[in-house]
Amino acid sequence: MEMDRRTFLKMGGLGLLGLMAAPVVDVLLKAGRVSGAGTSAAVTAGRWALVVDMKKCLEAGPSCADCILACHRAHNVPQIPDLQEQVRWIWKEPFEHAFPEQEGRAESLAGKPFLVLCNHCTDPPCVRVCPTRATFKRQDGIVMMDYHRCIGCRYCMAACPYGARSFNFRDPRPYVSTTNPAYPTRERGVVEKCNFCEERLAEGLPPACVAACRYGALVFGNLVDPHSQVRQILRARYTICRKPELGTRPNVYYVVG
Amino acid sequence: MIEKALTGSRRYWGWVGILLALVAAGAGCYLLQLGRGLTITGMSRDVSWGLYIGQFTFLVGVAASAVMVVLPYYLHNVKEFGRITIFGEFLAVSAVIMCLLFVIVDLGKPARIFNMILYPTPNSILFWDFVVLTGYLLLNLIIGWNVLESERNEVPPPRWVRTLVYVSIPWAISIHTVTAFLYAGLPGRHYWLNPLLAARFLASAFASGPALLIILAFIIRRVTSFDPGREAITKLSLIVAYALTTSMFFLGLELFTALYSRVPAHGLPTIQYLFTGKDGFGNLVPLMWTSVVLGLVAAYLLINPATRGRDATLLFACAATFVSIWMEKGIGLVVGGFIPNPFEEIQEYAPTLPEAIITTGVWAVGLLILTLLCKIAIAVKEAAEPPAARPFPQRQGF
Amino acid sequence: MYDSGKILTGLLIFALLVTFPVWYHLGRATPPPEPDLDTPVIAGLAEKECIESTEYMRAYHMELLKTWRDLAVRSGEKTYVARDGEKYPISLEDTCLKCHSNKSRFCDQCHNYLGVDPNCWNCHVAPEEGNR
Repeated sequence: MEMDRRTFLKMGGLGLLGLMAAPVVDVLLKAGRVSGAGTSAAVTAGRWALVVDMKKCLEAGPSCADCILACHRAHNVPQIPDLQEQVRWIWKEPFEHAFPEQEGRAESLAGKPFLVLCNHCTDPPCVRVCPTRATFKRQDGIVMMDYHRCIGCRYCMAACPYGARSFNFRDPRPYVSTTNPAYPTRERGVVEKCNFCEERLAEGLPPACVAACRYGALVFGNLVDPHSQVRQILRARYTICRKPELGTRPNVYYVVG
Repeated sequence: MIEKALTGSRRYWGWVGILLALVAAGAGCYLLQLGRGLTITGMSRDVSWGLYIGQFTFLVGVAASAVMVVLPYYLHNVKEFGRITIFGEFLAVSAVIMCLLFVIVDLGKPARIFNMILYPTPNSILFWDFVVLTGYLLLNLIIGWNVLESERNEVPPPRWVRTLVYVSIPWAISIHTVTAFLYAGLPGRHYWLNPLLAARFLASAFASGPALLIILAFIIRRVTSFDPGREAITKLSLIVAYALTTSMFFLGLELFTALYSRVPAHGLPTIQYLFTGKDGFGNLVPLMWTSVVLGLVAAYLLINPATRGRDATLLFACAATFVSIWMEKGIGLVVGGFIPNPFEEIQEYAPTLPEAIITTGVWAVGLLILTLLCKIAIAVKEAAEPPAARPFPQRQGF
Repeated sequence: MYDSGKILTGLLIFALLVTFPVWYHLGRATPPPEPDLDTPVIAGLAEKECIESTEYMRAYHMELLKTWRDLAVRSGEKTYVARDGEKYPISLEDTCLKCHSNKSRFCDQCHNYLGVDPNCWNCHVAPEEGNR
């Protein structure tokens, strides 16, 4: 067969394009399939939620940081001195910062430290924007991060209205003072956040922050179960959550009345 | 045709050399960033996107604006653009390449960039942006190259190229719309959460891109013996005039709603921070006002037929348009969206030196590609045109 | 042939560059890897076998780990059923590293020999190794 240079290049180019398209088509086909719905009890739980009883939490005093320390120790969260590069899973913010739209409505709470963490939203914007599905929502409601897949584009940080996500601007390892060998650290260039202690839930344990609280201020449970403790509190007490007007439907509640 | 970029005057090689030096400096700083992480930039947990993504956003506009010469030329047969369309397309090619590079240098894990293709995620706007930008790059490269090759061979371009041209017109609109959607769909970022954003992006793009194209046309006329034609420049300057005023009008609409309603959820805190400073922070105030003043001056010079028609004032107006929109879109919009943070606190942002050098390096890559592509195009056009037919006498070779 | 001198010189330089790894290491034989199985936990095992056969693990441990990674992180699946029906927790720390607590004398042996650099250890913490 006679083939001039131009035809050859054209055919070659088309062939190459086809080769490049093959894996994409393959993935697109696979994407439709439902990934293996886990058989372990933890995943099918329904909708995990955390209730923070602010009355009890404030009784503990401003210096109490048991939950924060327990979480950060369990997950090897680095303590970076530069405030603007800090990694935080759970921390305290003054009421008017955690609930800016409530400013002026509850003067008695002004300046009071509120625990903030990932809200594991029912409709999470971070999951919606992630271009690689490195952050995704599990069937039990946990908004989970796959640090193996994160490309560090930080789109999720722009999308999160709660400032709950931290980026590893530098190698976090030198800033982890006592490493918990049972849990990995993260590496430079990925985003991280609270995982509702999914690793502890899998073993039937409550989250580290809940276990660490001596005042019983943190209650964790399944919102789908009508008899769960969280459900009972929500029925009996006046609770608020952060920025409800954004429609993300947070799963962290604060008892304020 | 590539060989045409390999021969040139000393001035040509000098310019290429300068660009290569800037690319090398940028690459050096990028190596530093790869080694130490994004900590070497001025970005922070509050302002988590900065100069890189700002440049990306601005340059998507420049790329999309090629449609402002392609559409009149191919759909309405505006003959004046015949001599300049190829430069619009090549400007788009280099701008898209810069966009992609800015996304890559912004990634925390650039080695994993293909995860975007390995795990395609249709619910992510960033995924779609990646798709439309790559598509637009290919479209313009294929169209530009084939049209030029046909011109060299003195045959009309193949029919399928024309089909691709028609595809590229809505595609150009789509790239900037999708880029606006990156921002306009995020709850809690009040300054961005605005349905007008895509329209505003397109208007400012159709001002900044053609403004750059006019500047490019003047440079080509000055340093080569090819003349893109005064008629094309006249038509383009009208486009810049209308687009710039539309863009400023849209900005005014946003400012009105925020400032008159005083509803924080319409971006009032960000607008206060950008234009008057807030809680004692005001790094961007001079930049924003410079942008406004340059924009107003440019709008006056472009609307007034006398100043629009004079080369010197037109050039100044185009440069002012470009810089004004660069400041507003390439910095103010992206950085401003993060201020105040979700806790209504203010953390400011300023790029660091390595970050600025990397940014310059990416711009140099784009300019280098633009230079090479224009060199090829001009060589082809000069060869196709007998010297006698040229509207201006032969000048010093490029 | 035009410019044969330039072309041949170019080809020669190209050939030298391409074969660089070969002649750079000429005469420097690296000893074959010897993954060490001598850890306290392995010593205490009655039957010294990994979760799957040695041949399988040798050839496919990286594939297995990748599958585990996705199962544990993405599907929340934390139990692996081996071919012999035995169940193991899907965990690098709790399963693999419990026995192979000697990264430098086990994992690194082959990885270094082959010049592969798995990024597991950027995040996962290798157990402390006592001096030997």
